[in-house]
Amino acid sequence: MDHASAKTEGRIGKDASIRPCWSCHGPLGAADALCPSCHAVQPLGQADHYERLGLARGFGVELKVLEAAYFKAQRSLHPDRFATKTSKEKALSQQQATSLNDAYETLKDPLKRAVYLAGLSGINVLKEGCNALTDPVILMEAMEMREALAEAETPDDVIVITKRAHDEIGDCEAELATAFENRDMDAVGTLITRLKYLRKLADETRYRRAELQSGS
Amino acid sequence: MKPGTAGRNCSRGLRSMALLQIHEPGETPAPHEGDRNLAVGIDLGTTNSVVAVSTDGKPKVLRDEEGEALVPSVVAYAPDGSPVVGGLAKRLIAMKPDSVVSSIKRLMGRGIEDVKQVAGQLPFDVEPAFDAGGMVRIRVAGRTLTPVEISSHILTALKKRAEETLDRGVTRAVITVPAYFDDAARTATKDAARLAGLEVLRLVNEPTAAALAYGLDKQAEGVYAVYDLGGGTFDISVLRLEKGVFQVLATGGDAALGGDDFDHAIAEHFLRDWDGAALGSGHVKQAVAAARQVKEALSTDLEGTWGFQMGDVKKAYHIDRATFEGLIESLVRRTLDICQSVMEDADVGPKDIQGVVLVGGSTRVPLVRRSIGKIFECEPLADIDPDEVVAVGAALQAEALTVGSNTLLLDVTPLSLGIETMGGLTEKIIPRNTPIPVAKAQEFTTYQDGQSAMAVHVVQGEREMVTQNRSLARFTLRGIPPMTAGAARIRVSYAVDADGLLTVSAREETTGTEQSIEVKPSYGLSEEEMSTMLYDSMKHAKDDMTARLLAEARVEAGRLANAVRAALAVDGDLIDDGERKDIDGLLDALDKAVAGEDRDAISASADALEEGTRAFAEKRMDRGIRAALRGADVNSLERAARTGD
Repeated sequence: MDHASAKTEGRIGKDASIRPCWSCHGPLGAADALCPSCHAVQPLGQADHYERLGLARGFGVELKVLEAAYFKAQRSLHPDRFATKTSKEKALSQQQATSLNDAYETLKDPLKRAVYLAGLSGINVLKEGCNALTDPVILMEAMEMREALAEAETPDDVIVITKRAHDEIGDCEAELATAFENRDMDAVGTLITRLKYLRKLADETRYRRAELQSGS
Repeated sequence: MKPGTAGRNCSRGLRSMALLQIHEPGETPAPHEGDRNLAVGIDLGTTNSVVAVSTDGKPKVLRDEEGEALVPSVVAYAPDGSPVVGGLAKRLIAMKPDSVVSSIKRLMGRGIEDVKQVAGQLPFDVEPAFDAGGMVRIRVAGRTLTPVEISSHILTALKKRAEETLDRGVTRAVITVPAYFDDAARTATKDAARLAGLEVLRLVNEPTAAALAYGLDKQAEGVYAVYDLGGGTFDISVLRLEKGVFQVLATGGDAALGGDDFDHAIAEHFLRDWDGAALGSGHVKQAVAAARQVKEALSTDLEGTWGFQMGDVKKAYHIDRATFEGLIESLVRRTLDICQSVMEDADVGPKDIQGVVLVGGSTRVPLVRRSIGKIFECEPLADIDPDEVVAVGAALQAEALTVGSNTLLLDVTPLSLGIETMGGLTEKIIPRNTPIPVAKAQEFTTYQDGQSAMAVHVVQGEREMVTQNRSLARFTLRGIPPMTAGAARIRVSYAVDADGLLTVSAREETTGTEQSIEVKPSYGLSEEEMSTMLYDSMKHAKDDMTARLLAEARVEAGRLANAVRAALAVDGDLIDDGERKDIDGLLDALDKAVAGEDRDAISASADALEEGTRAFAEKRMDRGIRAALRGADVNSLERAARTGD
């Protein structure tokens, strides 16, 4: 909970705080990546991944919208734009571009996005103990699919399991969207755990298939 | 407080001091700075290198009098040690094999252990006495040289070609590297450029450069693959091209697989009938040179006969295309397996791929083209010469970095970055195909009471065991305050920049002790070694350093003048005519200083301008805060003040 309250206070402070631009010394807002007067690149202000890309906070993120926002921001902040500038500007642009990449990578991937969004709501799903498969239905599903993978003898057998895993991943993501909408954080926690093991299983099917292919 | 002065502190300060003491008394360094807006693109290849330049979006490959763009990456050393680079050196291989080095790129950032694994195949005379770790040394013409020095001789020749063709000084470049190059090989490339007196604006991945050249030329949109089989390295990248954005989705490859290996496979076919014990490294070099002719001929012809002489014995070999393809088939197969895996990483299938761009001379081999067509289910694209396309892309990027551009290159890490944990296992910190620049932090704790130091081993690679991955660096965190086991919290941060280079930093969180880490590169050159080499090639380095410091002062002054002019445009009404006149006077003085050659005068004028605009800056902040107050909720402001934000 400490984490969550710190976040909230940070946001309130940011709305009103004005800081001087390091280059022209004029005023700028805490979230400005570029100075509105002299366009110098600024140190990282306090902003979460959604704010950094100017997106509404929520689990539903449209890939096209996310990418348009990410490309637009990188066009003005990427280190390639500062290759002949002062070393300070180079370093600052690296920081800005790094956090843009972090925001993009996090929000692009439904699992990372869910974990991050749950974190913004004060739930740390990465904490020890939260990852155990406690739901008996999910546990059964996991064991059954793992068994099927172990018994697969041909690449085609594996493809069937891969497809099933991907279908389940799709369902799981849809359920996550509903759970976030209903602010049902218990369900969010359970679904994140399920999504994690499904993703791990899908990865394993890929290696297993490669193994069977190279063996044949 | 005096804002702005910190930015002028030059990070190279210490080293430049040492260098400046070197020049002869009475000698005035004549800075030949070159055009600040001019930067060339260099494809530093295993077999051939190419230099190109782009102006107004039109790239041009720089050729010699005979119209030849390719500079063979071959260096011959005269008895006095002076290097000869290119075609002439290549012709000397047969006559004086012990004085000639080729394919040196394969040894960039490599240790002696790496080389031993492929020793029989490589035509190098490795210095065996140098086994204390670090980068391998090789013996040539009675001297011991590092791959970095030999590469710098190639770069110097390319720089010279550019300067002669363009009739201007060239000091800056974009240099391409295989996407699959690890941190040590990238660092070695940058070091080689430094020795050659070139500032590297950016290291660009070869397939990405090719995609840039191809995409801008053909206005291509959609998902493309770039299959780059060079002399010594193989890269495959899948990119998405959309409205001027070149986004790498996934990349993969093999840093020790290339057309050279085709040559070696053929050379082994030759050498099979000879007495192995009688073969020296000179014989192997000759066999490899003959094999290369076979490869090139059989890429157009269906069969041929080659004579091969060693000592007094002469033999003739008849080879047809089927035999040739049989010899290289398993090598081509390896590239296809990597293509398959990279498509999966990018989450695309052959049907999503609009086209495959061919890069590298080895893609002229018919078996390679047929196999690519089959796996990607489309006809490969080779509209731009596969030998020149990378240099063209590098030149376009060099122009984009100096003049500006609407295109955007978004590249990724080719290999996962991890650290060694208990039991010799690798823990991944930054997975492969993560967009760069990227930074990740990790927290460690102590496992013994009072533990004051901790060793960290950084590796690159995809394997589970540390020993199967490539060691990048080892360092020890010292000065951890004595605490009970598990109480200390040490945060180690790893950052990969836009060149794909890693930096590591660490701090102890509970006490806030910042630890400066000395990262000892496992296969790199130390700062001392670099300094010695710079000293040895001092003649121009001294001038370059003076020029570089002057250039940096000018860039900083330009930054300041732009900032003040922008501020005047926005908030000029805050000051009266007298104040305005003073500031304009200071700006004029700075412009005059920048036009001159006196670095101290530039710094003094910049300081004067900082000082003379301080009152103006305060007025601007006051206006900004008043505007914010009008718009903001007073309660939230008070709360913000309490939390100290």
